[in-house]
Amino acid sequence: MTSQPFRRLEGGLIDRDRPLTFRFDGSTFTGYAGDTLASALLANGVTLVGRSFKYHRRRGIVAAGVEEPNALATLREGNRQEPNLRATQVELFDGLTASSQNRWPSLDFDVGGINNILSRFLPAGFYYKTFMWPAGAWMFYERFIRAAAGLGKAPLLGDPDYYERRHAHCDVLVVGAGPAGLSAALAAGRSGARVILVDDNAALGGSLRGDTATINEVPALAWVDEVGGTLEALENVRILTRATAVGYYDQNLITVCERVADHLARPDPHQPRQRLWWVRAKRVVLATGAIERPLVFANNDLPGVMLASAVRTYQLQYAVKCGRRAVVFTNNDSAYSCVSALMGGGVPVSAVVDTRASGPGDAARKIVDSSGVECLFGHAVVGALGRQRVTSVEVMALADGGSRVTGRSRVIDCDLLCVSGGWNPTVHLFSQSQGKLRYDEGLTSFVPDASSQAESSAGAARGELGLDACLRGGIEAGAEAARLAGFTPTEDVEAARCDHVDEAPVEALWAVPLPARRHGKRFVDLQNDVTAEDVALADREGYQSVEHLKRYTTLGMGTDQGRTSNVNGLAILAGLRDSDIPSVGTTTFRPPFNPVTLGTITAREVGADLAPLRLSPMHDWHAGVGANFVTVGLWLRTQFYARPGEAMMEAINREVLAVRNAVGMVDVSTLGKIEIQGRDAAEFLERVYINRWTNLQVGRCRYGFMLREDGFILDDGTTTRVADNNFYMTTTTAQAGPVMAHLEYYAQTVWPELHVHLTSVTDQWAGMAIAGPRSREVLAAACEGGDVGDESLPFMGYLESRIAGVPVRLFRMTFSGEMAYEVHTPSDYGIRVWEALMAAGKDFAITPYGTEAMSVLRIEKGHVVGAELDGRTIPADFGFERMQKKDRDFIGKRSLERPALAYGPRKRFVGLISEDGRKIPRGAQLVWNPTAPKPVPMLGHVSSTCYSPNLGNYIALALLEDADGYQGKLLYASSPLTDSHVPVRVGHSVFIDPEGERARG
Amino acid sequence: MHATSGIPIVTMSKYSIFSLVRNALGYHENWPLAWRSPEPKAEYDVVIVGGGGHGLATAYYLAKEHGIRNVAVLEKGWLGGGNTGRNTTIIRSNYLWDESAALYEHSLKLYEGLSQELNFNIMFSQRGVLNLAHNLHDMRELSRRVNANRLNGIDSEILTPEQIKAIVPILNTSPTARYPVLGASLQRRGGTARHDAVAWGFARGADAHGVDIIQNCEVTGIRRNGARVEGVETSRGYIAAKKVGVVVAGHCSVLAGMAGFRLPIESHPLQALVSEPVKPIHHSVVMSNAVHVYVSQSDKGELVIGAGIDAYNSYAQRGSFAVVEGQIGALVELFPIFSRLRMMRQWGGIVDVCPDASPIIGKTPVENLFFNCGWGTGGFKATPGSGWVFAHTIATGEPHPLNAPFTLERFTTGFLIDEHGAAAVAH
Ligand SMILES: Cc1cc2nc3c(=O)[nH]c(=O)nc-3n(C[C@H](O)[C@H](O)[C@H](O)COP(=O)(O)OP(=O)(O)OC[C@H]3O[C@@H](n4cnc5c(N)ncnc54)[C@H](O)[C@@H]3O)c2cc1C
Repeated sequence: MTSQPFRRLEGGLIDRDRPLTFRFDGSTFTGYAGDTLASALLANGVTLVGRSFKYHRRRGIVAAGVEEPNALATLREGNRQEPNLRATQVELFDGLTASSQNRWPSLDFDVGGINNILSRFLPAGFYYKTFMWPAGAWMFYERFIRAAAGLGKAPLLGDPDYYERRHAHCDVLVVGAGPAGLSAALAAGRSGARVILVDDNAALGGSLRGDTATINEVPALAWVDEVGGTLEALENVRILTRATAVGYYDQNLITVCERVADHLARPDPHQPRQRLWWVRAKRVVLATGAIERPLVFANNDLPGVMLASAVRTYQLQYAVKCGRRAVVFTNNDSAYSCVSALMGGGVPVSAVVDTRASGPGDAARKIVDSSGVECLFGHAVVGALGRQRVTSVEVMALADGGSRVTGRSRVIDCDLLCVSGGWNPTVHLFSQSQGKLRYDEGLTSFVPDASSQAESSAGAARGELGLDACLRGGIEAGAEAARLAGFTPTEDVEAARCDHVDEAPVEALWAVPLPARRHGKRFVDLQNDVTAEDVALADREGYQSVEHLKRYTTLGMGTDQGRTSNVNGLAILAGLRDSDIPSVGTTTFRPPFNPVTLGTITAREVGADLAPLRLSPMHDWHAGVGANFVTVGLWLRTQFYARPGEAMMEAINREVLAVRNAVGMVDVSTLGKIEIQGRDAAEFLERVYINRWTNLQVGRCRYGFMLREDGFILDDGTTTRVADNNFYMTTTTAQAGPVMAHLEYYAQTVWPELHVHLTSVTDQWAGMAIAGPRSREVLAAACEGGDVGDESLPFMGYLESRIAGVPVRLFRMTFSGEMAYEVHTPSDYGIRVWEALMAAGKDFAITPYGTEAMSVLRIEKGHVVGAELDGRTIPADFGFERMQKKDRDFIGKRSLERPALAYGPRKRFVGLISEDGRKIPRGAQLVWNPTAPKPVPMLGHVSSTCYSPNLGNYIALALLEDADGYQGKLLYASSPLTDSHVPVRVGHSVFIDPEGERARG
Repeated sequence: MHATSGIPIVTMSKYSIFSLVRNALGYHENWPLAWRSPEPKAEYDVVIVGGGGHGLATAYYLAKEHGIRNVAVLEKGWLGGGNTGRNTTIIRSNYLWDESAALYEHSLKLYEGLSQELNFNIMFSQRGVLNLAHNLHDMRELSRRVNANRLNGIDSEILTPEQIKAIVPILNTSPTARYPVLGASLQRRGGTARHDAVAWGFARGADAHGVDIIQNCEVTGIRRNGARVEGVETSRGYIAAKKVGVVVAGHCSVLAGMAGFRLPIESHPLQALVSEPVKPIHHSVVMSNAVHVYVSQSDKGELVIGAGIDAYNSYAQRGSFAVVEGQIGALVELFPIFSRLRMMRQWGGIVDVCPDASPIIGKTPVENLFFNCGWGTGGFKATPGSGWVFAHTIATGEPHPLNAPFTLERFTTGFLIDEHGAAAVAH
């Protein structure tokens, strides 16, 4: 175990009493509670942490937060392995294991580094220009390209953790708990508004956690604690830490990803790993701070080149020295506070290189004056030198407004180069909210302009970088948000006080020019290896729109979404095109702000809970007798009831024959059931069905088709007039939902004047059909009181009765073609009634049957189901044209008048019988000659196929063109898939009892 | 600005490994423009509205196949910025009906030679497209489609769960899954391509044949003289045209409105997302209609994930998070190991959905005005084929037999080409 050579002995917000052990690439290190993986690695002097995406260059830690482009690591192992985590955001825990990525065999020696040597031949977009020969060879090259790309490895095991989702509403959502966000939350919270304050970090304070400022005459962190305490005490305020607002959607919906247990080795039992909050806020205050920009110069990707603000944070918050000797390179005043932090922490600063000829403002000047650091104003670092990491930097004077470097170059030794190229307000969420950005010349960055949603930005996020401005702006934004949400801000909340620091303005320098006749890699996007030269190449080749630039070079397309690179890239492009930045444009920031774990998005809806499993009220009975189940949509239905030793086909044939010869019973609870009530109920049905409904008598059922607006069949089913203004509709299982939505749509939006109410009662009623020549006897035996004979319950009649003491609805209708009844009863009584019917049927050898037998029975009878009603068929295709009423309109009627539907050659419904006794393949197409040259003309297709035990042959239903012409002819049911082409004889679609006598008994 | 010459030029500096090496030695400072950005001329023989893949392909084939070079492509934003640059790039031709199969297969064949044709690597990767079946109904519909494909001469097969597992070992094929995998159709010649490259390759090719590609030029009106089109009003002035071809995807109804007729099309948001890049783990394209998700892995390593449309109509290029939530649930169910990967970026495009899920390619009520639209969620795969038939239609004034069935009139005659339903799949 190594000590922590770069850890200061005191200071920082880490807990030295809680040392933690962790492993990186197989070596063991220690850190402290309060560290991130990055700060702990730096404390241990680990500077090489990754390899770049394309050139596999050596990379070190650059930042201290969400903007980190380089330090991506794979965390944990086995089923908790997770790739691509930013070391700067990973909280250290005891036993943490991490490994570097995108290198082979090791981080230090990476074969992929060959790309760096060849990099000259691999400029932006090189792959569009080559790998084209010989034709079709791309997939060969692609294998290698794919293997080289990608970052970390995906885990190979399922995820042992679980995730949660929460929905929350609030008056004011404050994003970010730095000085501006805390102030905003305080102002809004005091007004009584329901406030949610979210922050990415484990503790409140934001930028103040690595700051030496005083607020209200106390150290900034003391102020943070005090405000935090006040907010905690307010009942109307909820604080979420380790919670990143990631998405900003329409109607002020903000998604917040809370990392509940990522800072632990594993979640506590019963604790989710992460939680996704869906927050609907009346108002949003974005106090998301600002992100420092790096500077672009040759070799600026060497380990040891870091953002000045990050160095300062490591120094102050983590008590970590990022090097032994530093140079600071800046174009603005903020980096001077890094100088004081370094010097205060015992890291000598060799020089401050400031691109501004006039140098910094007074406060910054005081820092360098008092410490005696050499200052090179009007200079720039033209290159970082070193192989493994920075060992020195080369500095030259700037000339001609920064467009050239001149004079003799000077080499200054250092192992740490702190850079600052100015600040970009963190406008990602604002931009996601569709707000418009404005380019601020003074700040050299994009700031929020007009809001598009109920939102405002505060503090650094709106370009007010000074601490005093953040405190003031936060209070104002919080109070305003509360007021707009309908609350009265209290008078006593005023902005906290702090000293105002006068700064000299930042001076843009988007890329340090290369000295004459020199070439070098000046990285704009570190993660994706995009250089200033790549930007120039894109421009030269005409990829000049920002989006083309991004896509051609991959600038800003990495996991950091170009937080440190976008504006630099844009500005370099603008410079090349002699145009100003705003007219080159800005890119759209897309959600999420930070990558979100997929498991968190789906939360509990995984595995068995992905979708509800629907079970019939009689399910337990079926399971009890050993039924075989099959999924039908969300339902589990009985497919068949095999007896011991019985094969599937045997069981099905037995069940079919039982129905045809005696009596069977099938569970039809899955049918959609809709109550249609109101004085216009009949009129409503008249409009949605193709046939007549107003004349249906109470106590009678009717079969009908419902069409979509375009004339095609939506569903078929039977509806019963239970009472004058009360109809009971059944739909097919599959279409229950769509039909309900269809009816509601018409009832609510098209005919609001109709007095009609629709209620889905699918789950309220259990349904069972008893079918077969002896079904009436069974029913008579089961029903208590009342006759069920032809008189009182004729074909398509309806009767209310009781079975086993339970109220039932009886319908005399048939799907099998046999005499049959449907018995519906409230779901809770389903099993009771089912068992009573089974008992009553015992003497008649009643046989329960499943969906397979039901299917055979209906195919034999030529009844249609979803396989035939596939959204492309009309009633006439099945010979139901006469059902369409002529004198009244109905949905779809006018569409049916279109030529192709009214008299176009249409495929019509036929029956097929296997000519040679072979099975008619599923999904077969009907052809004249299956061996004809391709494309083989297709005359129709098999929609349903089965073995008919009653006919002793394989039969099928089909849709066939010129159906009349082919009657009696031989065609082939062709299935190249199974290599079977079965001759079939075309006939009528009803194979059994075409007169329908059996049903009427 | 770069000078424009009125004379059609067929020049293109050829891309090759040699030109790459040669240019490397010159520090890549001598690469020419991939396409010019000329000022619009006052008049063209043909104006194509919409600089997506389809519009650019149309211009390319007009110049190349029909010798019509006095052509402008007008794009309101940047080339490929519409659905072309937003789609999930699935390419296949295993459609149910003969008409669609012929059209998409023609396109697939063009894709197979497109990198060479355009001298631009569009990275067409025939990694195979699988459509999963989760119940008997799905299996029946798959069989129906695959049989039709085979009789049409299109490669298509059905795999057992074991065969699927061999191709996609990370797929959850457990019989106890909430949506167990019973089988899948596979088109081995299907796959993905690089969407931007398709737009850029066609743009470069068209430009080399003299076509003017004009970005940041929004068409704001269509001028007609009686029944005949005369030209277009644009944000950069009036441009006269003998013929106008409109290929604007989600905005086709807006353009039709300018020309004074209506289209049977609804515009919906369609969303997609990518994960962070990971090392190769998923080598084919897997689609599931029943659970509503599909996924491939890009060459960069990102998982490219899509699903169905948002139910409402919109022109805003974004959708609702609820749809994303649903598709991720389905994804994690099918690929449990993806649970700990992260979504990196999500976006939406506006797709032009026809009632029968097939496109409209042909004449309009206005003479010399042609429309190509209605590709909905699945037109990327058709890009070269669509441009090819549309160029023919514009050049000759009559549809090619391949697009003859895809008329606007079919919605009044009822001769639809319904690729909806479980037998077909989106994208
Ligand atoms: C998320 C998503 C995923 C998809 N996935 C797939 C897939 O996997 N496979 C597949 O085959 N298809 C897919 N698609 C569909 C496919 O992207 C489109 O069908 C296809 O790209 C359309 O190309 P296009 O050239 O017609 O349209 P676009 O690329 O949209 O081009 C139309 C152009 O017209 C321009 N325009 C509009 N109005 C005007 C005007 N007034 N003046 C000038 N220009 C104008 C637009 O700016 C745009 O650039 C997907 C679509 C989306 C949105």
